[in-house]
Amino acid sequence: MELSYYPGCTIKTRARNFEDSAMAVLHELGVNMVELPRWNCCGTVYSLADDDLVHHIASVRNLMHVRKQGHEKVVTLCAFCYNTLHRANDIMRDNAEKRFAINSFMDEEAAYEGQVSVSHLLQVLRDDIGLEKISAKVQKPLDGLKIASYYGCTLLRPKSAAIDNPENPTILQSLVKALGGTPIEFPFATECCGSFQVVDNRDFVNERAYEIINSAVKNGAEAIIVSCPLCEFNLRQAQVKLKQKYTDFKGLPILYFTQIMALSFGLDIKINDFELNSTETQEWLKKEKLVV
Amino acid sequence: MYKLMQNIETAHAQKALVIGGGIAGIQAALDIADAGYQVVLVERTPSIGGHMIQYAEVFPTLDCPQCIMTPKMVEVSQHPNIKLLTYAEVKNVSGKAGHFKIEILQKSRRVDHTKCTGCGACWQKCPGKADSEYNAGVSERTAIYIPFPQAVPAKPVIDTKHCRYIHYQIFMANKTEGKKPPECRICEKICPVNAIDWEQQDTIVTEEVGAIVVATGFDLMPLNQIPGYGIDPDIINGIQFERLLSPGGPTAGVVKRLSDGKIPREVVFISCCGSRDPEHGVAYCSRVCCMYLAKQAMLYKNAVPDGQAYVFYIDTRTTGKGYEEFLQRGIEEGTLYLRGKVSRVYRDRDKLKVIGVDTLSSRKVEISCDMVVLAMAILPSNGNGKLFSLLGIETDIDGFVTESHHKFHPMETAVDGIFVAGVAQGPKDIPDSVAQGSGAAGKVLALFSRARLKPQEPVKV
Repeated sequence: MELSYYPGCTIKTRARNFEDSAMAVLHELGVNMVELPRWNCCGTVYSLADDDLVHHIASVRNLMHVRKQGHEKVVTLCAFCYNTLHRANDIMRDNAEKRFAINSFMDEEAAYEGQVSVSHLLQVLRDDIGLEKISAKVQKPLDGLKIASYYGCTLLRPKSAAIDNPENPTILQSLVKALGGTPIEFPFATECCGSFQVVDNRDFVNERAYEIINSAVKNGAEAIIVSCPLCEFNLRQAQVKLKQKYTDFKGLPILYFTQIMALSFGLDIKINDFELNSTETQEWLKKEKLVV
Repeated sequence: MYKLMQNIETAHAQKALVIGGGIAGIQAALDIADAGYQVVLVERTPSIGGHMIQYAEVFPTLDCPQCIMTPKMVEVSQHPNIKLLTYAEVKNVSGKAGHFKIEILQKSRRVDHTKCTGCGACWQKCPGKADSEYNAGVSERTAIYIPFPQAVPAKPVIDTKHCRYIHYQIFMANKTEGKKPPECRICEKICPVNAIDWEQQDTIVTEEVGAIVVATGFDLMPLNQIPGYGIDPDIINGIQFERLLSPGGPTAGVVKRLSDGKIPREVVFISCCGSRDPEHGVAYCSRVCCMYLAKQAMLYKNAVPDGQAYVFYIDTRTTGKGYEEFLQRGIEEGTLYLRGKVSRVYRDRDKLKVIGVDTLSSRKVEISCDMVVLAMAILPSNGNGKLFSLLGIETDIDGFVTESHHKFHPMETAVDGIFVAGVAQGPKDIPDSVAQGSGAAGKVLALFSRARLKPQEPVKV
């Protein structure tokens, strides 16, 4: 299987552990990810202002590149990129007036009408590859490991962009199960982590992280898996401050779902770039003998 | 052509069919019968009474339905002009006003009601179990059962889905592999009058009637239709809470949590669950929820005096005589009203956390409570789409029967001789259902009072 792959900025910098583990896992599953040539920033945040069409141009240009590349579908790892690209694509497909305005503005490119479909890697794993095939690749099952699946918002909201049931998603839990782990349900799985508020309101994000992580702990989780580099950053960074502020705060290891896939597939440990996860996460991996 | 039709006059059957044995159907049947005409009342379940008989007390007077409704139910069963067919469904309708030919399926009860005395020996000993429909799943009933102690008729039916002997028969007939279920037949052995009749078959009853009243009522939207709900035993719907409040209910009126039997110290009531929410449910207002939540909060407070009731609402709709006063009384007695919607409810160990907003103070609200009661949207009674198409009557986009004129013909349908009453036509409370039941009866009587029948004039809108 060959897929067009849109990485995005964070994946290539802070979240290399996400990309490297994902590529290794997909290679193992027989998927050839072809990086989109000349990709640019996705636009980061989908603009909700009705007349702010310029904001969507970055997304639309990427989608145009996908067509030029000869693909009908583009896959992202970053949940934020997924959301921004998906919603910009919806506008181009469904809103004739805005489509006309954007195409007129970008007249150096061939007109785009939303022909590409935007998918997140989790959808590819569930719908195109199938969890049975993933299960069959497991060499070292995550026996008894209690893992909470944290979705955040961008994979599920708004409903039109949701990759799963927006209120009760199950895709990550099913994946954990397929890898031999024990999925932990917790009520804050779809709560927002505070997102880019971290830029100027770090305390707010820390408090969000406190509730999310504590809720996972209460429900018996030993680790949290995420699919979004910003969630990963917020949940990881907040723990440093939270441990100072709340003496009883224990914290939890935060991992990308592709990292636990690579672990269970028994792939070379180096491709996980665990040095980019927190030191606590690395210590936990050693303690659980997931890393020797 | 129209003139021609006007001149056609025919003799007609002076007998009415009422479909549905809830309060609207009961009222229509009694009014027609009291005027001296024959009525056939068909009820799908084993007893008449409908939803009203499930309620603990009714607003705004707080009478007990078991007290005020059972005399009417008994009157139906003993009225010389009423032929009551319970556990029966209308299967076919043909003809037109004055001459409807009706085929009614009398489902087999496996109990001969001409012999049965209703002594109760069978249902006290039956080992088969199923969720009690009357108690809205809050408790169980037996496989041979009467739905509730005041049931009319007070004689049982055998629920073949849960009867052990029926399972045994199916097993033996199919020679299925696996463990043989017990033969049971305890009811048969214990019955003092040999009323159990395993061979009893479904029968078809045919009737010719001049007019039909449709009073098929409602169901609540299932909890699991609201995303994220319907998964916790302590999140229940309004009818389930009625059963917990009812002195004749499974807890004898002691409000208990379904999870652990503890008495809830804090209860959150949530209005408009599915109503006024086209995204997740229906666009319309279910009309009775504001009032029944006010009542339930009040009754809860009476049952648990140190408890706290919270009601989340969009706005309170109390459009009936004495209703606003009733709601204000609830507030005075300590119900806390929070104007805003709830975004989520989740379990936090032995508590439920309710996250919502109070739009009057513009603050996010978090309530840690023991039980959540959802006022689920009122939907047209399940499975009646087929009946309505048999009758040839129109329904609106939500499945409620369309009246022929919103203002001036609220009981008439677009088909001559077929009338509608109660929630089948749209959500309404008990007084309005009774009024419409009587209204539909009045229309039937007006039709019968004519010796010969002329087609109705088309309604000018």
